[in-house]
Amino acid sequence: MSKEEKKVNRRDFLFTASYTVGAVGVGAVIWPMIDQMNPDKAQQALATTEVDISKIEPGKSITVLWRGKPVFLKRRTSEEIAEARAVNLDDLPDPQKDEDRVKEGRDEWLVMLGVCTHLGCVPLKDKGDFNGWFCPCHGSHYDVSGRIRKGPAPTNMEIPKFEFVDSNTIKIG
Amino acid sequence: MSEHEYVPKSKAGKWLNDRLPLLTLGAHLTDYPTPKNLNYWWTFGGILTFCLLTQIVTGIVLAMHYVAHADLAFASVEHIMRDVNYGWLIRYIHSNGASMFFLAVYIHIFRSLFYGSYKSPREVIWIIGLMIYLLMMAAAFMGYVLPWGQMSFWGATVITNLFSAIPLVGDSITTWLWGAYSVDNPTLNRFFSLHYLIPFLILGLVVLHIWALHVPGNNNPVGIDIKKPSKDTVPFHPYITIKDAFALLVFMIIFAGFVFFTPNVLGHSDNYIPANPLVTPAHIVPEWYLLPFYAILRSVPDKLGGVILMFSAIFILFVLPWLDTSKVRSAVFRPIYRQFFWILVIDVLMLGYVGAMPAEGVYLVLARVGTIYYFLHFIVVMPVVGYLEKTDPIPMSISEPVMSGGAEPSIARKVNDKV
Repeated sequence: MSKEEKKVNRRDFLFTASYTVGAVGVGAVIWPMIDQMNPDKAQQALATTEVDISKIEPGKSITVLWRGKPVFLKRRTSEEIAEARAVNLDDLPDPQKDEDRVKEGRDEWLVMLGVCTHLGCVPLKDKGDFNGWFCPCHGSHYDVSGRIRKGPAPTNMEIPKFEFVDSNTIKIG
Repeated sequence: MSEHEYVPKSKAGKWLNDRLPLLTLGAHLTDYPTPKNLNYWWTFGGILTFCLLTQIVTGIVLAMHYVAHADLAFASVEHIMRDVNYGWLIRYIHSNGASMFFLAVYIHIFRSLFYGSYKSPREVIWIIGLMIYLLMMAAAFMGYVLPWGQMSFWGATVITNLFSAIPLVGDSITTWLWGAYSVDNPTLNRFFSLHYLIPFLILGLVVLHIWALHVPGNNNPVGIDIKKPSKDTVPFHPYITIKDAFALLVFMIIFAGFVFFTPNVLGHSDNYIPANPLVTPAHIVPEWYLLPFYAILRSVPDKLGGVILMFSAIFILFVLPWLDTSKVRSAVFRPIYRQFFWILVIDVLMLGYVGAMPAEGVYLVLARVGTIYYFLHFIVVMPVVGYLEKTDPIPMSISEPVMSGGAEPSIARKVNDKV
């Protein structure tokens, strides 16, 4: 009995070892096949864009392309900033202070991805119920800070990584 | 597979058949005993095979002229339309062919729902069919992206963003699907590759679909098990082939009507505007055959919830054979289920209509009512009605009502009452 058990155990070990080595081999082949679909070097190389903001008047905005996506750069008026900051955070589906969405001391500049967080359409400016943006695809309303207020979008419009290179230039990415 | 052992007449045929029994397969397909009461709703299997082959042939030709690059795709499609000899014809057959394919598959699916063809012992046929349907939707979606017009681009954006609803890994998955940080050239390239692959996967599944069908044999409008071969069956050839051929001709007339007279009526005019990642069209709609699911997606005011419900609407069909508790297959003998069946048809048509309308006001209400009913039908109506319903008496054989002087199911019932 004990002799038989030993025999079975030894075979089990061989099976397990073979399956393990086989699985590692299969995994080593499958991973490159999967990872080749991720963004390639050429796509990653487009990761930063510099924008001249000297010609944007208060209250106006421009749209630039970064990584194939639109980025809204809006120079907000002081009324608009005041409006964004007067909002009660309890009224927001995705609570975030306006101060946390801009660079300190550069409060007039709202730089955000012009991509609806629902299914990726480009929202229209100066539309909707909250004086901000409105997505025509499935009816999401954003406020003057780009925060979601009404509709199916789950989160506020995303703020990309950006910095002020000098007073007239913003580098996105 | 065949009921009788087939022996080829010629010596060469016998030589081949001993090594690869192709002639036995041919004989099986020719003699295959088929219920003699199949109506025209049963001709759509053959029509669908025709649709698949049409898409493959026209698609291979289009790929000889199409360029899968974001800068060139739109122009190459216009090149096909204007410069390539008969390019306009081949492209219009291919683009309208997709719509005709879905028209036929929806009739085929609802045929199955009415006559209980998904029920035991045909569950596997049904499940393979649904896998074909899923692949068809994937192929159609990717094909629609290839011309790289505005609807192509934004349709691709919205559909791939559905996956971003997945918690935690959603964004990584969409980036992986795109091969970029938005829908871009890498996305177009891989969609072309997969669009070329999928029809051949479908072809393989069609072989399995027919194989699985030939094990129990066809269901029939009366929905009863029959002896094969018997006086209730006819050989597939020439009886069914000629009926299928006639139905196919009628189908091709309608198909040709679209191709030659209104080739763009099923498409969206915005797709003749080149893709622009900075401007979303004011009103994004998918192709007509996806509208009911789009309506379900939009009926939920929550991103993840909408996506889950939309996928559930398709995947619930996979468990349909086990949700239906009725012992009787055909709705001809199910007076209560028959009414619910037609309510479901109207419900799906209504969802398709509101899917094309803006998601607001009365349309949103209708979409929500329609979505709730859709799920109620499968989760509540099918099990409960199957359990409670008093079905009409079913005939003993297909021949019984025919021999008594009428092929109509209503007459069949009356005759049966007397028995």
